Amino acid sequence: MIVAGCDVGSLTAKAVIMQDGTIIGTGVTRSGAVAEQSANAAMAQALTQAGLALSAIEYCVGTGYGRKKIAFGDAVESEIACHAKGAVWQAPAVRMLVDIGGQDAKAIKFDSNGNVLRYSYNDKCASGTGRFLEVIADALEIDVEALGPLSRQSTEHLTLSNQCVVFAETEILSLVSEGKEVADIVKALHYAVARRAAAMARSLGVEGEVAMTGGVALNAGMFDALGAALGTVLTRVPHPQLNGALGAALFAVDAVGAGAPGAASAART
Amino acid sequence: MIVAGCDVGSLTSKAVVWRDGSIVGQAVTKSRAKPWESAEAVMQTALAAAGLGMGDVEYCVGTGYGREKIPFVQEAVSEIACHGRGARWLVPSVRTVIDIGGQDCKAMRLDNGGNVEKFVANDKCASGTGRFLEVMAKVLGVELAALGELSVRARHPVTLANACTVWAQADVIKYLSDGVPVEDIAAGINNAMAARMATLVNHIGVEPDICMTGGVAKNSGVLSSIEKLLAVRLKRIRRADPQIVGAIGAALIAAERAGAGRS
Repeated sequence: MIVAGCDVGSLTAKAVIMQDGTIIGTGVTRSGAVAEQSANAAMAQALTQAGLALSAIEYCVGTGYGRKKIAFGDAVESEIACHAKGAVWQAPAVRMLVDIGGQDAKAIKFDSNGNVLRYSYNDKCASGTGRFLEVIADALEIDVEALGPLSRQSTEHLTLSNQCVVFAETEILSLVSEGKEVADIVKALHYAVARRAAAMARSLGVEGEVAMTGGVALNAGMFDALGAALGTVLTRVPHPQLNGALGAALFAVDAVGAGAPGAASAART
Repeated sequence: MIVAGCDVGSLTSKAVVWRDGSIVGQAVTKSRAKPWESAEAVMQTALAAAGLGMGDVEYCVGTGYGREKIPFVQEAVSEIACHGRGARWLVPSVRTVIDIGGQDCKAMRLDNGGNVEKFVANDKCASGTGRFLEVMAKVLGVELAALGELSVRARHPVTLANACTVWAQADVIKYLSDGVPVEDIAAGINNAMAARMATLVNHIGVEPDICMTGGVAKNSGVLSSIEKLLAVRLKRIRRADPQIVGAIGAALIAAERAGAGRS
């Protein structure tokens, strides 16, 4: 049985192809203005890696911000449900996750089967989302990907007094003009983002093993900062950025197992 | 009797020179990095306008963000107290004052005697503060002061989906690239600003009369939008520049302290 999950986020689109319980292809592409094309590009990448054609996919579940725009999707599932399902599959002992996305952040608690118990979500305020990192990286004229390694060179502990992205940007520029080291500033930035995301997670009550997912989890400095802000050692999952797409693929497995009609795949062939 | 009030804000500094119950000199200047330099510059400008020197000032009260760092003042008083005092002098019937600063937003309720009864402030989030408008004007490529007139000419104001300055900025960029008229975007910006302010004001409850102080009070778009949202008419401050209300309040307190509390 070959199924797929596709997660179209605000910043990146992700696709996962699974065959008999194993991941055989993955794709991550930068989201363009048209969600449908972003989904196509991510899926094309995953198909190439798996050495398959789209017609080989029996069933595909879409999720994320652009989930309704996926041309090859058979069904859609909420991001919250997909993330919970993906996390338990990746790390069975995990009962909570914090997902920092490009333009939002969520904290989810779930049971051992990946059923969602409680969650909280922020897409109202840019602080505590990946956008905070982007805005500051831009202001400092460094690549977002360089933030993690740079923060690990920090030797002096700084704390940003502002939580608002707009105010923090001004504060950071004045730290630069005071001659503070960029590595120390970037570490302080990670702690500020983590502080906001952790406050959201704490509103649910932090219990059991906690994982960090989303593209921002690939930033080692953010991973450390979030663990510190939550006062716990975070569990590492093998595919943090693909977690939502993976959960979607697992929903596709369930759908096929339950005998969902493969009408869409028939139409594709 | 000559006294003065000096209000050092995050964005602009204001000074008022006061002689026997009226304003004889006033100034608004852009704040510098160091509050004492801002205070010195704005006070010298106000004194020059009055044809006076620092030696003529008997008592000076400082207020605003940088008030603790003004070397020439005899006393530093909170912005809340000064704005309440200044607004009361300009509009004697005022009971609610909304003050928008460069980096904060405050609302206060005054009792019959003009004392601050209730108070709420936001200085944590840029939304609803002068900074929001500053960022948006920059994205639009217009002067901050032009936002008000522009919005008056709007035909189909846009809606900004989110109050956060960062997300609203992305919305504005998108509207611009879609070719939406700048007037319609300006109106959307002013409406978003007013909506955020109204949320804050509603925390303390609106009691008429209401007036607005600070530089944003000169933006007619924000004024009319907040009037709609709160379903009340705002008293316009006409006797003085709404931006110098804090400095006027400081001067009033200075006059009182100097023993000539005439108003």
